[in-house]
Amino acid sequence: MTTLISFVTEPLQHAFMRNAFAAIVLVGVICGAIGVFVILRGLAFMGDAIAHAVFPGVVISYVLGGSYLVGAIVSATIVSLAIGAVTQSGLLRNDTAIGVFFVGAFALGVAIISTQQSYARDVTNLLFGSILGVSRQDLFLTALVGCGVLLALWLSRRETVIGSFDRTFARSQGLNLWGWDQLFLLLLSLTIVISLQTVGNVLVLAMLVTPAASARLLTERLGPMIAVSAVIGAVSGVCGLYVSYFRGISSGASIILTATVIFLVVFLFAPRTGYITTRVARRLHFGHPERDQFTELELEEEAAGSRA
Amino acid sequence: MLHGGSELVRVRVSVESPAPRPAIRATMTPTVAPSPSRNAINSQPGSPGAPRMRTVRLGVHFEDRLALEDISLDFQTGETTSLIGPNGAGKSTLLRCLDGILPPTHGEVFLDGQPVHRPSPRVAYVPQRSDVDWKFPISVLDVALTGRALRANRLLPVPAGYREDALAALAQVRMRRFAHVQIGALSGGQQQRVFIARALLQEADVFLLDEPFSGVDAPTQALVLQVLHSLRLAGKTIVFATHDLVMAERSADVCVLLNRQVIAAGPPSRVLTVRNFQSTFGGTATFAVEHRPSA
Repeated sequence: MTTLISFVTEPLQHAFMRNAFAAIVLVGVICGAIGVFVILRGLAFMGDAIAHAVFPGVVISYVLGGSYLVGAIVSATIVSLAIGAVTQSGLLRNDTAIGVFFVGAFALGVAIISTQQSYARDVTNLLFGSILGVSRQDLFLTALVGCGVLLALWLSRRETVIGSFDRTFARSQGLNLWGWDQLFLLLLSLTIVISLQTVGNVLVLAMLVTPAASARLLTERLGPMIAVSAVIGAVSGVCGLYVSYFRGISSGASIILTATVIFLVVFLFAPRTGYITTRVARRLHFGHPERDQFTELELEEEAAGSRA
Repeated sequence: MLHGGSELVRVRVSVESPAPRPAIRATMTPTVAPSPSRNAINSQPGSPGAPRMRTVRLGVHFEDRLALEDISLDFQTGETTSLIGPNGAGKSTLLRCLDGILPPTHGEVFLDGQPVHRPSPRVAYVPQRSDVDWKFPISVLDVALTGRALRANRLLPVPAGYREDALAALAQVRMRRFAHVQIGALSGGQQQRVFIARALLQEADVFLLDEPFSGVDAPTQALVLQVLHSLRLAGKTIVFATHDLVMAERSADVCVLLNRQVIAAGPPSRVLTVRNFQSTFGGTATFAVEHRPSA
């Protein structure tokens, strides 16, 4: 018992670990929440693109000594507008435009940073995160921006839902879909930027997508889905950090691997949708839950129709 | 104009029925649409005052294609209008212009005398069900609520009154018992009914429905007819697109036969003639006529 307690508390004795835990909980919650919309709207590739598109901005502000937050937002906005413009021309598909610009932007970042002397270490930090180097100031900034993102998401919840569910109807409600889409991409960029230090540029996509994907399999309702995704994000972060501390694995990698393991478990064993659960249930003559629900609805419907 | 119309018909014939009977083609040629100015329905007997909606010489061109040309129509308060025409006739395009989401290339749309440039909350639009993400985690009740949710204060939850109205609208289309079911789990007809409930929530004066009867089961068709009827009694203006002539005749005060231009417009008994069908639908007209109840 005491070993278990010391197992839990030992890393917390170090200030840098306490900061790291706080940072990963914040990032897990924020990425988990916004990630639900990323997966529902099929924006995973766009999320990956933004994560890479912030790279040149971060590098430039690093070289010039400015705020990396501003640099990242500027370059993410430029790239997302460029993708939007090429897509709207109708000549190329959206994913093609994303592919062209995000790798281009990324290469620009690599080109600039390769002129620096501390090239190898800097690149590693930016690509894979340096969660153990999170300062109190970083933590404060992450919390501030993260709360802003969550607040903006909450305030725009109705527009986001209508615009994601039925775009024609959204237009008939007078919604400026382009504007709301850009707002969402801006919030996504901010989320990615504040996650950079913790999980790094390459792995942030997993924090956006993996917990949300697990939550998607666990519930059919949007509100609970966001909550579950945020919790899974935070839990993966904390567990991953423990694993990283005791086994000496790169923190970003071990956090993402934890999230991936959670996803695999959910995919196989989720009560309603799990790959194994549904097959076992069918063996036991419980039938496929979703199909059952459907025929039940149809039967009720017919009964209602004949009564009327 | 006349010549252009008959050309369109010939194309339709060759596309839709590979071996048209010569008789059909012969009757088509003399089927002359009345001039557009006479298509306006304000000559309807007993029509009170100014129309609720009006289009004036409306034309829509897509990049290389003419979708609508010279459409001048009036839609009176409390009147149901059906837009009848084959696929690609411009029915959806016309509805989108009426709703204000598609700016026309020429001409204008008026709502109570005011030009329409953007969607108005007084107009409810039930689009075809193709542009919807059916896997989106949203319940039937929440879909109905989206008809009014944007009016609610964004700092507060949706008011309880909206929720009650949504449940009442769902009850009207007999979907109340499914209020908490995810929308994608429903059949096509049930989904259509939910979208009609959503339109009811908008408390609009004009209802535009794109193919409300297609791809749905018979009970849904009956329910939609019933809802349209009660809206009409409540003085609402209804415009729906269909290629189902039976539905058009049964539920509309005014039928507009459309194939990029207005072929004919007026009360069903006057407009739904074999000649008009044939110039609207081309070779498929014989099929439609056979299925039509005695005129």
